[in-house]
Amino acid sequence: MTVTSDPPVQHAKRPSRLFKNLMAKLASIPMILTALVVFVGGTTWTVVYSFTGSRMLPKTNWVGFDQYERLWDSDRWIISIKNLGIYGSCSMILTLVIGFTLAACLDRKIRFESAFRTIFLYPFALSFVVTGLAWQWILNPDFGLQNVVRGWGWETFNFNPINDPDTVIFGLLIAGLWQGTGLIMCIMLAGLRGIDEDIWKAARVDGIGTVKTYVFVIIPMMRPVFVTSLVLIASGIIKLYDLVVAQTGGGPGLASEVPAKYVIEFMFRAQNLGQGFAASTMMLCSVVIILIPWAYLEFGGRKRA
Amino acid sequence: MPDMTNSTMTGPRGPKPKKSFSRANIFLYGTLIMVSMYYLLPLYVMVVTSLKGMPEIRMGNVFSPPMEVTFEPWVKAWSEACTGINCDGLSRGFGNSVRILIPSILLSIGIASINGYALSNWKFKGSEVFFTILIIGAFIPYQTMLYPIVIMLREIGLMGSIGGLVLVHTVFGMPILTLLFRNYFASIPEELFKAARVDGAGFWQIYFQIMLPMALPIFVVAIILQVTGIWNDFLFGVIYTKPATYPMTVQLNNIVNSVQGIKEYNVNMAATLLTGLVPLVIYFASGKLFVRGIAAGAVKG
Repeated sequence: MTVTSDPPVQHAKRPSRLFKNLMAKLASIPMILTALVVFVGGTTWTVVYSFTGSRMLPKTNWVGFDQYERLWDSDRWIISIKNLGIYGSCSMILTLVIGFTLAACLDRKIRFESAFRTIFLYPFALSFVVTGLAWQWILNPDFGLQNVVRGWGWETFNFNPINDPDTVIFGLLIAGLWQGTGLIMCIMLAGLRGIDEDIWKAARVDGIGTVKTYVFVIIPMMRPVFVTSLVLIASGIIKLYDLVVAQTGGGPGLASEVPAKYVIEFMFRAQNLGQGFAASTMMLCSVVIILIPWAYLEFGGRKRA
Repeated sequence: MPDMTNSTMTGPRGPKPKKSFSRANIFLYGTLIMVSMYYLLPLYVMVVTSLKGMPEIRMGNVFSPPMEVTFEPWVKAWSEACTGINCDGLSRGFGNSVRILIPSILLSIGIASINGYALSNWKFKGSEVFFTILIIGAFIPYQTMLYPIVIMLREIGLMGSIGGLVLVHTVFGMPILTLLFRNYFASIPEELFKAARVDGAGFWQIYFQIMLPMALPIFVVAIILQVTGIWNDFLFGVIYTKPATYPMTVQLNNIVNSVQGIKEYNVNMAATLLTGLVPLVIYFASGKLFVRGIAAGAVKG
């Protein structure tokens, strides 16, 4: 988080403190309302109501941790969590590896760099719905990739990650990587461009190979860039919803359900608000668990330095 | 003999120049071209499929170019495709998306730029606290705020309307846009602001006459960020609108994933491309600025 802390602006002294900067205060009302009412208020409200037995409408019949017990007893939630775990860990590792490799390739002073960059980044401009539907069609078992490869003579070729419950999550992963790696590549490229040319000269003088220089010198130097990328990828993974709805609809069966979808299904379709609130509170907890160590590293370290 | 040594001495010195087709280079370009193909494949397949007739799709290869080019699927996707009982195609969703997009952009960027200006030039007690909450709020999963917003929109009578969705986009666009403008205004020399203050200019006068004209590039970045973000939104559209006001992405999903009727893959792909067209045009037209917008978004992390 690059929140630059600039020196406070000195203003002319006015008699009353409340009316000092009155216009600025009035102009900030939308921001204050958003921060306090929607973000703090809305989140608190959801957490509080997750301890009620609300069904169709929010009610204050307190049930303690019942909703959470029911949540962790539900197969659907467990499947959602597992799916998010598999998708999340694969997506994190592969996005970082592919993103960095592509950025390193583009940084080798090649020709047509901007053309390649444009190609790698364009999926990022598209909606997850568009991405999901495009890959749904390519992975269609009857007409898509599987059919084409079989047509080439490999009759037993089996690649059906839309309708096979065991591999459906990797079908989502293919689409998700297609959409998301371009962004990470861009960030990594910016990071690589920020590295001093002298580092490369020094490595060459010492006779260290290109790959070795990347792994042992450049990557450790780019730690902040990697941290930023990780936070971006992680916050994207938790939000994963549109892609699933468009590409698989959570199917076959419940095989590609994810937590974000669980929340919305229970809040707006199954009319079981309490379950939805409990599930979304769990999502909030997972974000907090990710954010606190990061905030500690980012800001705790800065203060000490 | 002295001539011979002389001629060898005047030859080229230094190491042999690198061939441009060295093994490393071939490997590098080979990798990049292979990866490019993976990235371009879906776009190619979508275009090709949308130009074929259904009989050709049923018998043919998904990668082969169309034998007979037809634009019928595009026309059908735009004006005839059905969602439930409505059969007026994606044009309705397009209209809704435009009617959502324009006020959302104006409102969200207007508010965020004033926020950023107030935060960098007119700090007041507590302003940094609200800003920090705003930024932390950007990381809270939307799911925890969905239902309270439903209640708020019902209270003010905007649930299901385009106005309600505009408000939602303004609220959720605020953290990143405010950060963008705040950092930009903080980079403008303070002397400029002080000079205007000495000359007696007030809050709005400085904003409209000095800051706004200087911030035009960052406004373009903000517009690009918001156009793609709002156009591609699905979650808020599906929750805060009703079928008559569905944005294009929601309608597209309903058309393609509808369980009734025969699947017309060519129409589906034409519809998908139509929905992706607006952000793609923005992307290819804006080039470097898009990257800058993303980088600004990434700074958030």
